[in-house]
Amino acid sequence: MKRSVDAEEVARLAKLSRLEFDGKQAEDMRGHLSKMLDYFDALDSVDVSDVPPTAHILSAVNVLREDVVEPSTSNAELLKNAPESRDGAYVVPRVVE
Amino acid sequence: MDVTDLSLGELKAALDSGKVSAVEATQAALNKIERNKNLNNYVTVCGTEALAAAFLADEKRAKGENGALLGVPIAVKDNISTEGIRTTCASKFLKDYVPPYDATVVKKLKDAGAVIVGKTNMDEFAMGSTDETSAFGAVHSAVDAERVPGGSSGGSANTVAAGEVPCALGSDTGGSIRQPASYCGVVGLKPTYSAVSRYGLIAFASSLDQIGTFTRTCDDAYALYRVICGKDKADATSSDIKNITQELNGDVRGKTIGIADEFTKNLDGGVGKRFNAAVDALKAQGAKIKSVSIKSFDTALAVYYVISSAEAASNLSRYDGVKYGARAEGYKDIAELYTKSRTEFFGDEVKRRIMIGNYVLSSGYYDAYYLKASRIRTLIAREYNAALCGCDALICPTAPTVAPKIGAQTDPALTYLSDIYTVPVNITGLPAVSVPFGTSDGLPVGVQIIGKAFDEAGILGIGKALEIAAGGNGNA
Repeated sequence: MKRSVDAEEVARLAKLSRLEFDGKQAEDMRGHLSKMLDYFDALDSVDVSDVPPTAHILSAVNVLREDVVEPSTSNAELLKNAPESRDGAYVVPRVVE
Repeated sequence: MDVTDLSLGELKAALDSGKVSAVEATQAALNKIERNKNLNNYVTVCGTEALAAAFLADEKRAKGENGALLGVPIAVKDNISTEGIRTTCASKFLKDYVPPYDATVVKKLKDAGAVIVGKTNMDEFAMGSTDETSAFGAVHSAVDAERVPGGSSGGSANTVAAGEVPCALGSDTGGSIRQPASYCGVVGLKPTYSAVSRYGLIAFASSLDQIGTFTRTCDDAYALYRVICGKDKADATSSDIKNITQELNGDVRGKTIGIADEFTKNLDGGVGKRFNAAVDALKAQGAKIKSVSIKSFDTALAVYYVISSAEAASNLSRYDGVKYGARAEGYKDIAELYTKSRTEFFGDEVKRRIMIGNYVLSSGYYDAYYLKASRIRTLIAREYNAALCGCDALICPTAPTVAPKIGAQTDPALTYLSDIYTVPVNITGLPAVSVPFGTSDGLPVGVQIIGKAFDEAGILGIGKALEIAAGGNGNA
């Protein structure tokens, strides 16, 4: 599957990724993504239509435990790393009018 | 006796016999780190905390108490959380982040009496193979200051190679322990996926990430592995480790070691010579060499970059300038707050991985890339496990070349090739170790031994056999 990436695609991905690229950076990123897609051509060389996908290497099933409350990190301790907090909550710009 | 010349095992014996105190050993490590400051091995050196811990270790020993690492100085990669000590992932985003808790491995180190001297430099968020993507500047190899130590756990590999500390922890998602171990000439162990708790390891690609060790010998690697491994209720993917032995068996007589034809094509001359010498050394010690095949080998790098980037894009969505980490200025609304913070504080390589990750996960491409890679992942795992069915271990070079010069590789896509031998192992979850086996043009070359799941003792035993052989002709 030969694919290349155009400027519009870079802009779409940047939006999805919550990133911004100016002209030169966007062009570098376009070149890099195109090169990676060339790498990914290797995936076309194998037929795996009847091989199941692996998301996780362990044949792990759900790990269950008793639903018991245990001590955890305090609100105040966690908020110490927040860029801005007030009254025990994170502060962000207003999102609802 | 220069205490910093001692291996972990030797230092532990010297501490136990009273020849040296933990405070002396720690002070010697800190002095050497200070002298080697230009190597840039550390993001944060915690001298005060380390000396306090060493003092406590000496007190405990005086009272007749002991621990597997009591008084032993150790370095920890800066993506492993340490309570009260900043943990940056070598990113501007986490430049001032101070974790409120210890990673499980850090807790285990402390319980065993280890003295943490500092947090080591790395590629930003562990994404890189050279340590050049650190927001705190590149690391200079202790072997040759013009060269990279490898990555992403370059600082941890280099501090052990420089003789600053006898051991260090790193993390390995696609080779980030083994490849720098190879470049720096130390032993680097990536345990079986799930053998070591990932709780408190800042995530890059969760289905591939694994914490492991840097040491000067295989015995030391096993000693440190024994301290950090095991089931942890805070990491639901962690496993009970049952087959712990006390001593490594370095006798390879009767062992069968597999080499895949795919491993030996396109091999750099100098590395190829050392690899062949390692194979000959194992044969001379009585091992049988068997030819095997891993047909999917050539697809592994593509599979790795699809899966690891997809997981990274998802894991790194948490950096939004709200909950922790840096926040940009001059935003109008919440969307701009996210975008400006991520654009300002992520480095270029991290942005590349996020972009490619979101590409392979996005609607229309998911089946062709992410799902297909996940299917081939199954195939790669089947082939490695099938090859290991008739063998005790597989052997291949750790990296296709010796350490390159700093700044030599300007195309990130080509840098990825240095991980060609290491990434398939993460895809399969198997354990592997890189053991130094001499040099090419004066630069260290590592040999990688890949084992069956949870056979850390087996691969380190074969590594020990190589150490014995290298003792004779290692620097040929």
